[in-house]
Amino acid sequence: MSLFDWFANRRKETALTPMQPEREIADGLWTKCEACGVMIYSKDLHGHQLVCPECGHHHRVSSSERIQQLIDPHTWRPLDENLVSCDPLQFKDRKPYSDRLREYQEKTGLKDAVQTGLGQLEGLPIALGVMDFAFMGGSMGSVVGEKITRLIERATWEHIPLVIVCASGGARMQEGMLSLVQMAKTAAALERHRSAGLLYIPVLTHPTAGGVTASFAMLGDIIIAEPKATIAFAGRRVIEQTLREKLPDDFQTAEFVQKCGFVDVIVPRTQLKSTLAQLIRLHQPVAGQVSSTLLPKSFPLMAMAEESL
Amino acid sequence: MANERRTLLLEFEKPLVELEAQIQQVRDKSSEFGVDVSEQIRELEERAKQLRYEIFSKLTPGQTLQVARHPRRPSTLDYIQAISEEWIELHGDRRGSDDPAIVGGIGRLNGQPVVMLGQQKGRDTKDNVARNFGMASPGGYRKALRLMEHANRFQMPILTFIDTPAAWAGVDAEKFGQGEAIAYNLREMFRFEVPIICTVIGEGGSGGALAIGVGDRLLMFEHAVYSVAPPEACAAILWRDAQKAPQAAEALKITARDLLKLGIIDEIVPEPVGAAHSNPVEAAENLKAALLRNLAEVQALSSSERRELRYQKFRRMGVFSEVV
Ligand SMILES: [Zn+2]
Repeated sequence: MSLFDWFANRRKETALTPMQPEREIADGLWTKCEACGVMIYSKDLHGHQLVCPECGHHHRVSSSERIQQLIDPHTWRPLDENLVSCDPLQFKDRKPYSDRLREYQEKTGLKDAVQTGLGQLEGLPIALGVMDFAFMGGSMGSVVGEKITRLIERATWEHIPLVIVCASGGARMQEGMLSLVQMAKTAAALERHRSAGLLYIPVLTHPTAGGVTASFAMLGDIIIAEPKATIAFAGRRVIEQTLREKLPDDFQTAEFVQKCGFVDVIVPRTQLKSTLAQLIRLHQPVAGQVSSTLLPKSFPLMAMAEESL
Repeated sequence: MANERRTLLLEFEKPLVELEAQIQQVRDKSSEFGVDVSEQIRELEERAKQLRYEIFSKLTPGQTLQVARHPRRPSTLDYIQAISEEWIELHGDRRGSDDPAIVGGIGRLNGQPVVMLGQQKGRDTKDNVARNFGMASPGGYRKALRLMEHANRFQMPILTFIDTPAAWAGVDAEKFGQGEAIAYNLREMFRFEVPIICTVIGEGGSGGALAIGVGDRLLMFEHAVYSVAPPEACAAILWRDAQKAPQAAEALKITARDLLKLGIIDEIVPEPVGAAHSNPVEAAENLKAALLRNLAEVQALSSSERRELRYQKFRRMGVFSEVV
C-alpha cells in the first residue's frame, strides 16, 4: 500500500538545530517554529492552536488537544476507549510488534492511533474521530478500523453528522491483510451513514496517505484540508523511485490536491471549528420547511405542509 | 522453446526439471538402440509425479509469491475465455480513459449473463508494458465501477478477478485521484444489490486489489497471494532492506491457507499439482465449479439479505481485544 514513508519524516522532524536556548526548549517554556525558526512562548503557541503566529505554519496537534479545540467544554463523551491490538500475526520485523505497541502506548498515553466520541460543536451534536499521528504514524490496523466503524454506526444510529480528523501514513503493515480490509469495513459503514441522508466531513491534516486516503478520508460529502498538509495515496518517495525524477515541491500538498479537484476547502486551523459549525448548520432543515431526506418515503407531504401552517 | 522454458523456471522446480530431462534421455536412448525401457520410464515418471507433489505441497510463502507471479500463470482474460460460453469485452470509464490494466465485459456462464472484470497482467513483455503489469490507474477503477453499475442495473451477477501487485503509483494517478477512485469503489460495492463474487487468481496487492475485492464471497486460488502491500515494499520499510522480501512474505501471512484462518477469505480453489501454469485447463475447471456453486448459494438469497450479509461479513473482520 502506498508506502508513505513516515519513518523518514519522523527523522527529519526530530533534528532540532542546537543554536537555541536549549534549556528553555527543554523546559517546554519556549517552542521553536518548525518552519520559520522563530521562538514562540509555548503557552501562546497552544493558545493559537499550534499555528505559528509569525508564518502560519501548522504544527502537529495531539488528538486530545484537537478534541479540546473542536468540542465545547464538558460535552465530550469518549467511545470504545478500551480497544487494544492483540498482535494477531505475532509480527516481528526488526522488533516485535507487541513491543512497539507497548512503547507507543507509554509514549502517547493512548491505546491506539485514534480517539472517537460524541460531543457538541458550537452546540451542534456530532460524532467525532481524531487520528493521532504520534501513535505509529497514525497507521490503521484492526483497532483503528473497528473504532472508526463503530463511530460511524453510532452516528447513523443517532442520526447525527460525522467528522473525522485524518492523520495517517496508511495501513498498519504489522497486521497484514487484517489492516487492509479495514478500508472496506469503514467504507461499508459510511455507505449506511450516507444512505440515511447524513452529512460526513473528513478533515485532512498532515499527513493523510495510503489506505486512509483510499477509504474514509476521500469519502466525505465535503472534504476539508489544513493548509499545506500532505495528502497522498502513494508516498512521494515511492513515486520518485519508480519514475526516477524529482517531483515539484508542491506535489501532493493540500493546495495541489484542491486544484486536482479532490478537496473542497482549505481551512486554517484557527477557523476550523467555526467552518465546521457553519457547514453543519447549512445542512440542517430550516424551521417550518420539510426536509424530504428525513421523511419516510411514503410520508404524505401535503399533510406535513398543512400541519406546519 | 527450451530456452524460454529455462528462463521461466523457478529455483525450486529445478530438481523436477532435471528428472524430466533424465526421462527424456532414457527415451532417446531406447529409440536409438531399440530396447524396451517402458518399465524404467514408468518408474521415473511416477517419481517425477511424487516429486512435483512434494515440492508444491510445501511451498514457503516466499516461493508461493513466485508461483503467484509466474509469467505463464493464467490471467484474467485466460480464465474468462475458458469459463464462459460467450464473451464481449467492453471499454472505457466514460470519464476520458480506457485503462488496459483492467479488463471487463459481459459474458455467459452456464447460460447466465454475468459481468466479469479484473486486473490484466500482460502475456508477454510487450503486453505487460502496455498493461502496466496489471497496475491500474484511477481510470481503471472507474471503468470497473461503471461496469458494475451496469451489472446492477440489469441484474447480472458480478465476478471479479484480482491479479495486481498494487495500484499504480505515479504522478498522473495521484492527480486523477487514485485514493478517491479506490475509496469510491469500496463504498459502492456495498450498495450493489446483485451478487458479487471475487477471486484472487494470482497476486493480490494493496488497496489496488481491494478496490474490486468487496463481495458476498472471496475465493482464492491455492497458490495465489493477497497482501496489504508488496512484500518487497514492506521489507524496505520495516526491515529497511528490500532483500528481506521472503521474510516479509512469511510474516505478513499472505497465503490462501493463512487468510482462510484469519477469516479474510471464504474458500480456497484447488490448483492442479504443479500450480495453475502447469495445467491452465484444470485450473479453469476448478474455478468454474467454485464460482457456480458459490453463485447458486448467494443467488438463493434476497437482495436485501445479500447486502446485509455482505456488510456483516466485512464488519466481522479484524482482531483486537476489549479490556474492561
Ligand atoms: Zn513560523
